[in-house]
Amino acid sequence: MAEYLLVFMSAVLVNNFVLTRFLGLCIFFGVSTSFEASLGMGVAVTAVMVVASLFGWLIYFFVLTPLDLTFFTTICFVLIVASTVQMVDIVTKRFAPKLYSMWGIYLMLIATNCVVLSVPLINVENEFNLARSLVHAVGAGVGFWLALLLMASIREKLTHSEVPDAFKGLGIAFVTAGLLSLAFLGFSGMIAL
Amino acid sequence: MSEIESSAGGRSPAEQIAALSGPFRGSKQTTLGGLIADGILTKNPVFVLALSLCPAVAVTNSVKTSLAMGLSVTFVMSFSNLFTSLFRRVINSKVRMPVYILIIAVLVTLTELFMSAFLPALYQQLGVYLKLVVVFAIILARAEVFASKNKAWPSFVDGFGMGAGFTVAMLVIGIPREVIGAGTFWGYPVFGAHYQPILMVILAPGGFITIGLLIALFKAISAAREKSASAARRSIAVGGTAEVSHG
Repeated sequence: MAEYLLVFMSAVLVNNFVLTRFLGLCIFFGVSTSFEASLGMGVAVTAVMVVASLFGWLIYFFVLTPLDLTFFTTICFVLIVASTVQMVDIVTKRFAPKLYSMWGIYLMLIATNCVVLSVPLINVENEFNLARSLVHAVGAGVGFWLALLLMASIREKLTHSEVPDAFKGLGIAFVTAGLLSLAFLGFSGMIAL
Repeated sequence: MSEIESSAGGRSPAEQIAALSGPFRGSKQTTLGGLIADGILTKNPVFVLALSLCPAVAVTNSVKTSLAMGLSVTFVMSFSNLFTSLFRRVINSKVRMPVYILIIAVLVTLTELFMSAFLPALYQQLGVYLKLVVVFAIILARAEVFASKNKAWPSFVDGFGMGAGFTVAMLVIGIPREVIGAGTFWGYPVFGAHYQPILMVILAPGGFITIGLLIALFKAISAAREKSASAARRSIAVGGTAEVSHG
């Protein structure tokens, strides 16, 4: 149990996918202009990551490894992520229409996204077991969500501040992300895995 | 099935591309040299379009990895454009996105296998980021916007130009990061033994801040240029009306 807690905390804080691994920056800078969109996006990304990790893990260890086809991992996982997005889309539309209205539109945006693809890849590369893979995926999602919410809150404040012309928009967003990342650097060394 | 597939792999890139195709539409450059210049200067994928930022930043902490990433992307982009263009009449437009993604994924896998065989140390350093080249929006965007409508050779050259631009951008980020953050260039010390490297610059925060500063710099330069250009235009216009009134 303690081990899984460590895996989770490490994915959220120490190895935050956005702030220390530079993954999912397109969404991070695109969506964080609005707080509500960030909430929806975070949930959608987490859900897809967990499901894609599950299928990725099963296919990697029960199909690709026995057949010695591990060089197909990248190709397979791209397809897995794309079909997972489609599946989550159909299932929530059918069974949870309220939830769907909240984050449905973000689902399609993540069909080909680096952060969603990277989690299953990192899981199988490090040969995590199934439970650890899923915990890692949840942690990655929560970490992504946390970074997104922090950034969205800061950017709401930024709209009211006077930023030099050259830094307006993406420039100041990157510098802000750098400072956030610096803060997260403080967590490194806290958990040794 | 085809509907599911096309929307699974399709809508997101299609949406991204709809947003992206704006800057490409005005392209009137038809010469091959023009296409390359387009890729490196006027439409440099990282700075002008602010695209494919995700994995780009992570590997720019040394010059070697920046160059390796740039070259891999150039290879993948050139050949994905080439094959997209060659097969453009065969690919059903409903499933074109999944097909493009498969083409790109095959090329990325080739790059991976090549690197792990001949450059294992570099392959280790690039890690998962090399695999993530698959989802670079810019590669898919070029396949959709350019290669699916043009002949094979121009498409190849376009991909090469865009890739070269990406490589240049990677080096523009990577060189200052390695020089300041490690005090070395290509692994060789630059400043002598007394230099205390600013470690933060090669760590994650340094990557974000370096890019933020570079974006601001590029923006300031282009704003200054525009200003002088519009000032010149105004002076011409003023001169013109002056002439008319004289005439």
